[in-house]
Amino acid sequence: MERPDRLAILIGGSAGQGMDSLTAVLEKHLQRIGYWTFTTRDYMSRVRGGHNFNQTLFGTSPLHSPSKGSDAVIALDAATVELHLGDLAPDGLLLVDAAVALPLSAAGDARVHRLPLKETATASGSPKTEGTVALGALLASLGLPLEGLAPILAGHFPPEIAEKNVSALQAGAALAPVHRDAPCCVDPKGRILVNGNEAVALGALAAGCRFYSAYPMTPSTSIMNALAGWMDSGRILVEQAEDEIAAINMAVGASYAGVRAMTGTSGGGFCLMVEALGLAGMLEVPLVVADIQRPGPVTGFPTRTEQGDLRFVVSASHGEFPRLVVSLRSPADAFRQTVRAFDLADRFRIPVILLGDQFLADTTVTVPPFDVDGIVVDRHFGTPDETGGFRTYALTEDGISPRRVPGTPGVRVCVDSDEHDEYGRITESAEDRVAMTRKRMRKEEGLAAFLEEPEFLGDPDYDILLLCWGSTREPVVDALARLARQKDAPRGPDAPAPRYAALAFGDVWPLPQKELLSRFAQAKSLVDVEQNATGQFAALVRETTGLVCDRKLLKYDGRPLSGEWIAERLEGGDE
Amino acid sequence: MSETVNGFPTYETAWCPGCGDFAILAALKETLDGLGLAPHDVLVVGGIGQAAKTPQYIGANAFCGLHGRSLPPAVAAKLVNPKLTVIVDTGDGDSYGEGGNHFLHNIRRNVDITHFVHDNQIYGLTKGQASPTTAEGQVTAVQTHGSANQPMNPLLVALSLGCGFVARAYCADRPMLTRIMTAAIRHRGYALVDILQPCVSFNKVNTFPWYGQRVYPLEETHDATDREAAYRRASEWGDRIPLGIFYDVAKPTYPDHLALLRDGPPLVDVPPDPDALRARMESFL
Repeated sequence: MERPDRLAILIGGSAGQGMDSLTAVLEKHLQRIGYWTFTTRDYMSRVRGGHNFNQTLFGTSPLHSPSKGSDAVIALDAATVELHLGDLAPDGLLLVDAAVALPLSAAGDARVHRLPLKETATASGSPKTEGTVALGALLASLGLPLEGLAPILAGHFPPEIAEKNVSALQAGAALAPVHRDAPCCVDPKGRILVNGNEAVALGALAAGCRFYSAYPMTPSTSIMNALAGWMDSGRILVEQAEDEIAAINMAVGASYAGVRAMTGTSGGGFCLMVEALGLAGMLEVPLVVADIQRPGPVTGFPTRTEQGDLRFVVSASHGEFPRLVVSLRSPADAFRQTVRAFDLADRFRIPVILLGDQFLADTTVTVPPFDVDGIVVDRHFGTPDETGGFRTYALTEDGISPRRVPGTPGVRVCVDSDEHDEYGRITESAEDRVAMTRKRMRKEEGLAAFLEEPEFLGDPDYDILLLCWGSTREPVVDALARLARQKDAPRGPDAPAPRYAALAFGDVWPLPQKELLSRFAQAKSLVDVEQNATGQFAALVRETTGLVCDRKLLKYDGRPLSGEWIAERLEGGDE
Repeated sequence: MSETVNGFPTYETAWCPGCGDFAILAALKETLDGLGLAPHDVLVVGGIGQAAKTPQYIGANAFCGLHGRSLPPAVAAKLVNPKLTVIVDTGDGDSYGEGGNHFLHNIRRNVDITHFVHDNQIYGLTKGQASPTTAEGQVTAVQTHGSANQPMNPLLVALSLGCGFVARAYCADRPMLTRIMTAAIRHRGYALVDILQPCVSFNKVNTFPWYGQRVYPLEETHDATDREAAYRRASEWGDRIPLGIFYDVAKPTYPDHLALLRDGPPLVDVPPDPDALRARMESFL
């Protein structure tokens, strides 16, 4: 039998059963022995109980979106059997402790293997290693090596517990109930395992960010956690603020005082930040803000995913000021865009908003290491033309005034949220108002030259063009691959298979239009694919270009998009 | 360009004739000159309000941000650029009302900044509504039946949160105000000075005569290291209102807890470090 090119392993149980550690160990092991991996985390907003599961895909080529079905399941409770047996492959296997009372649906199912997991774990030194016993049994069933797991376990647990887990792993391997082929291993070296929020944190580090202030809010918190772990080595101060209002005002203050500064939150926290977003716009203090979206309004689905903040962030805060909104398409993109965000914030003295989401934030993937060698940190302070005093808001042709760091001898850096003159002094003059408004908005003209056109994906001979933005890019890549394969499937002569392509937008505000307008001409149909209920991106496209999407594929159940989901709807007609 | 604070002119102000803000501004300039600070060494931060315009009127670096949000940018600026002498100079509404949460938590944070609060017990810029320190029962344009809220005693709040420097001054006593301002700036850590000040336009109760009949200096025998004594004296309010430094003790400041700030160069002077970045990237292999 031919070996599969990818497999999906699902680990399910209730919060507190150690699934995250187990998954982290599994994916690190798979990555290190040479597979490409892709792990999504489905968790509830609670510390104990409920039903959580993680799905790890691994295979011989890069992976982009979750799979509806799984090939193997480790069930740490009865609920996992009940909820996930239905999506188990016909030749799949499900491992569960012999003492778990199985639901009726599992009775007589040959794919369900009841093993003495808990008993073996207890014999190995701790009943808490039940999952590790199951992992040993699963890896052995797939013919995968156990070598290399000990140091990974040692990185996750204190020595004594790591040792018990190593014993549990070996004891579990002896329980392997079947043999299944795993995908062939490929080049084992040189790739990293990272999630979207870690990529943002690495980008901040690469950009020389020295100050990050935030208030904890899922799913943005892991940016703060990552940076806090690097405070000393990365020379970045991470401060947990008393609220999001303080967090962003602190970041504005730190930036004013001369360092690169950033804050991060999710939609609810961003709501609290918007007045200070306008402050950064008015003071012309560079600022990077990450909004890691989750389904709203308000508390919504705290631990799940959506792209519902787009229309909000492009217009957040009252009044008018230039801003750049960049959506993050993948971990590699998140890294690069974060570096770019700091550069453009400094270059134009504007706030730059990074739009991520829970799917991107929590999904760990194997990717080539990010390129750090080409990164140049230029603060773009400019050269002041001074004859006396310091014109913080010098009226320049491009609207960008040279900056100085407060503390510079002979220079007074005066900024004011009131309308101000060139020296930063309060003014109520109509002439000053018009001059300053024009100066601020002029920066948009320069910014246009730095906008990135969307990425073109798929068949150059397309007749259906998909539009997507942010993390939806990855499932769309999968969908296009599926659709390309289906294109070759036999059909009637009257129904030639449509050819698909996509534009995946990173920059969403200001909306880059060149690529869209030129690609649109060829499309027989324009299809919007995004994760919200109203088609916010399609509306933005219509507002700025007049183009109307013929169809919208909208998902807003809080669960991640998959290539399967998109392809099925494109092929199957209305959803 | 002159290297003294007074060397930068105050080009105009938006304050009413007779306002206590003028005396506070003059005392602040005198204090900064007395400390030998150059204008570029000093950052004055305000929020929104009449008092909050003070940073505009003094020739130092100035940050006039959002209403109630003067403390967060001030502490962040100090943490990343510690050579700056950072002074928050703003009003009672800004500090205790809209900015109440930041007031609480920045006392706990204990960054080395100084907080001068122009406390006129009224909202001036919006023309006469109750502030957090307005007396119970005082009639205003909005509190037409008298303020139903108990006034806040900021000194007691600060003391209860462990603030290391708590003082009250009165704008009409310039020598004492300057002396307290100087001590507050010299104090290592967050220092609060609540400065009583009449609002000649909108507070018809707490007038110059009202304060003049009540304020008196703390005795020289007051022990500013005795927190209980500080509570006791700071609780006095009514017919007699004590002025002076109630509490002044050295405490660990925020950077004392972090090697990054304690032992390293100022963050504003740290260059990019590609080697550290490469090492961090490798930890993901």
